[in-house]
Amino acid sequence: MHLLTHVFGLDMPARGDTNMDRTIQNAGELVVFKKQSQLNEIWRRLKKDRLALFGLTVIVILILVAIFADLIIPYSAAIKMNLRNRLAMPSAAHWFGCDGYGRDMLARCVHGTRISLLIGFSTSIASLIIGGFLGSIVGYVGGRLDNIVMRFMDLFSAIPTILLALTVVAALGSGITNICIAITVTRIPGFVRVVRSSVIGIADMEFIEAARAGGTATPRILFRHVLPNAMAPLIVQTTMNVSIIILLAASLSFLGLGVNPPQPEWGALISEAKEYLRTAPHLMAFPGILLCLASFSMCVLGDGLRDALDPRLKS
Amino acid sequence: MKNTLLKIKDLQVVYKTDMETVHAVNRISFSLEKGETIGIVGETGAGKTTTALSILRLLPERTGQITGGKITFCGIDLIKLPESRMRDIRGERIAMIFQDPMTSLNPVFTVGEQIAEALRLHNSQNRKEKQIDARVDEVLNLVGIPVSRKIEYPHQFSGGMKQRVVIAMALACEPDLLIADEPTTALDVTIQAQVLLMIRELRDRLGTSMIMITHDLGIVAQTCDNVAVMYAGELIEVGTAQDIFCGERHHPYSNGLFGSIPNLKEKSKRLIPIPGLMPDPTALPVGCSFSPRCRDCMDICLTKHPGIYSKGTHRIQCHLFANNPDWQEVAES
Amino acid sequence: MSTNGHSLPLIETVGLKKYFSIAAGQLHAVDNINLAINPGETLGLVGESGCGKSTLGRVLLRLIEPTSGQVLFKGENILSFGKARMRQIRREMQIIFQDPYSSINPRMSVAEIIAEFLIVNRIYRTKSEAFNQAAKLMDVVGLARRFANSYPHELDGGRRQRIGIARALSLNPKFIVCDEPVSALDVAIQAQILNLLMDLQDELGLTYLFITHDLSVVKHISTEIAVMYLGQCVEKAPTEELFNNPLHPYTKALLAAIPEPNIEMRQKKIELIQGELTSPVNPVPGCRFAPRCLYRKEVCTTADPKICGYGDGHFVSCYLYTDQSVC
Repeated sequence: MHLLTHVFGLDMPARGDTNMDRTIQNAGELVVFKKQSQLNEIWRRLKKDRLALFGLTVIVILILVAIFADLIIPYSAAIKMNLRNRLAMPSAAHWFGCDGYGRDMLARCVHGTRISLLIGFSTSIASLIIGGFLGSIVGYVGGRLDNIVMRFMDLFSAIPTILLALTVVAALGSGITNICIAITVTRIPGFVRVVRSSVIGIADMEFIEAARAGGTATPRILFRHVLPNAMAPLIVQTTMNVSIIILLAASLSFLGLGVNPPQPEWGALISEAKEYLRTAPHLMAFPGILLCLASFSMCVLGDGLRDALDPRLKS
Repeated sequence: MKNTLLKIKDLQVVYKTDMETVHAVNRISFSLEKGETIGIVGETGAGKTTTALSILRLLPERTGQITGGKITFCGIDLIKLPESRMRDIRGERIAMIFQDPMTSLNPVFTVGEQIAEALRLHNSQNRKEKQIDARVDEVLNLVGIPVSRKIEYPHQFSGGMKQRVVIAMALACEPDLLIADEPTTALDVTIQAQVLLMIRELRDRLGTSMIMITHDLGIVAQTCDNVAVMYAGELIEVGTAQDIFCGERHHPYSNGLFGSIPNLKEKSKRLIPIPGLMPDPTALPVGCSFSPRCRDCMDICLTKHPGIYSKGTHRIQCHLFANNPDWQEVAES
Repeated sequence: MSTNGHSLPLIETVGLKKYFSIAAGQLHAVDNINLAINPGETLGLVGESGCGKSTLGRVLLRLIEPTSGQVLFKGENILSFGKARMRQIRREMQIIFQDPYSSINPRMSVAEIIAEFLIVNRIYRTKSEAFNQAAKLMDVVGLARRFANSYPHELDGGRRQRIGIARALSLNPKFIVCDEPVSALDVAIQAQILNLLMDLQDELGLTYLFITHDLSVVKHISTEIAVMYLGQCVEKAPTEELFNNPLHPYTKALLAAIPEPNIEMRQKKIELIQGELTSPVNPVPGCRFAPRCLYRKEVCTTADPKICGYGDGHFVSCYLYTDQSVC
């Protein structure tokens, strides 16, 4: 195919301006370069939302605490019992005081952060992957498969979340891995539904038809064309879910069916503190505040991300 | 002067976001007499809809602002009017028809209800329910919709019928001025012909003045007494239909528009498009806004904003007419 | 029925039908269409919304599977092809869509969109070769290379449509279905894009099926025009012949309905068409235009009118002409 001598409209490259070779080499790089600039756009929009920024800051701090927990306070401090310090009030030696067994609350909170956030993020991502995969297939293919899978999802949704999680934990036993599995099961229907409705909307768009006209196979259509356009609601769903999952894990631990003692986890800490509510309220206050902060921050971050991600925001 | 219904002078409208300022309308002036129809022609982004929304003060609150000029309707200054009085005028004295009939009607109310709502809100004649009902029937007859259909919902009507309902709603309170923003763009050509015919008949019968906003010169030729051509927020050419369609000389943009239209009668094989695109309204060129695309661009066009030159009822904003003895420069007042 | 008996038509349909099963019955979207387009020519397919022209365009490419009939591409019935063969043929038949906003992926850059088919069909061995070709295609359609990394939402309708055209050209097709490619664009941009399409046809020897509701647009680009109404082809003729001598009442109404930029034509136009479109669901025998036709006769509602040749490649399906022509 050769170049036409006529070009239409104002977009006429000046003679001698286009260096073909340079463009060939640079074409690949240029494309990558621009993708970063799109991220900058998103970041710029996110920055304007003060509440979302607050949420992001809090979460980043908590994530750093979780990652560097061992460096801040060794794990041994979180489980070392010292009955002489039983129910100690916050002091210079123990910033958050001590619990019923004399364990340092600050250490327990710090390591609890690690465990709670670990559960929160890993479960959210697991349900994203499983739910997303399932939802995009049934959304794109439709028909009988769609019907059957969605009725199963309805079934799961009809069971109260805590009961469903409890049932799975009861079957598998307690412990971090098992509560992750249990909570994932409860979160999957939500993801399937969100992804499916996005995919149904996108599958009708003409650029999908164009892709088929060009000979694109279904898997590539799903991954290259459909899913990237369904990202916005997915990202929001994932971040909101972290919030819910942390609360769920805390509830399970509170009921005694979560992490195994002496592992610290916010819910477990709150559970342990409930009998000392009147005598040593700080035991419940600290993990409680952390739980609220984390949950709230993920929520507002999710909201902010949803607003910032809309590609149709006209410049 | 007594008969002037609407007079717009030096209107300026901007859309301000924290990133940029869009100069949507840049000092336009025109007037409309009672019973007349003026067509505002231009492409997307020229500022036609913004003009219409400014008259009705329906610009988006946070971003749209009228930054200058005067809009006088029957002697009332519309820009300075308090909102409560503006609400009385909207719907009752000035009515508007929007482009997309699919979204102009509320899907959860019957069409009869929606027309009646307009009547109830502007009940200066203190009509009772029965009278309102009768008026709804009257208006539906006027637009050619069987009265029995007034209990139906919008989704039960086709596009053309929906637009008729919208027109019925607009005319229910017998407004003095009707603003139609591309009323037939979304309709098929045969339905468009029916709707345009109906608009013309109604206008003749009721004596309503009209502003017809469109990009289609054909529609303008068929329905309008006066024409204003809009480009990049300015009225670059204004005149009677005779001036615009039969006049000898035109603004280069108008010439370009005519050249772009595929002609049914002529045998020409190629169309002559106007090269390029309308300028970015956040960064309008210095001098004449059309200069980057103008075949007859002169040096002065790049630096000095053209004045308005008139010959009778025909007004053109272009440097090409500066030294022409037939055309007089209009002094800016 | 081909208008030119000399060369083999590039694409031909024989008794093509597409019916959709809906709750109310069978929706006759495309009903017994027989068309032929010669290489290098353009067939303009004209009709209003609901006439089935978009469905027909998609059925030709097998984006929608027809209910019955044949689609012959270079003499072979593509409906009998398996998946692999179909993939090969798809390279030769492409489509340009109407809506420049929904027909390109908002998440891909301009270069990626244009290079996509080249990558999917493994035309080149490396990605950078595909992008190089995409850059060349951008030149061909008049898109400045500086837009290579822009995203669709940053560009206007005219430029987006050029992206769609470049994408359609990427596989070097012989036949392109243009589904109302200029309807969503401003008049001045319409002219630019129409000129582009016409020049591409001359340069590259393309064959078009140009679908539109705008008769004035189709006049410039088509060799032959077919008018569709409620799934059927009611008239077909070479372009000039159709405009000089429209036969079917619907064609006449379409022509009369176009508002002309000429104030001398302002006297009350005779309304050549009344009422609204009838339903394409479970149509009754008889001419489908009869309910709205000012010339209808008794016989029009009894049975479907046959397609008759009027001479000079002019075909019409109307009882007004059955005695004057060869059926």
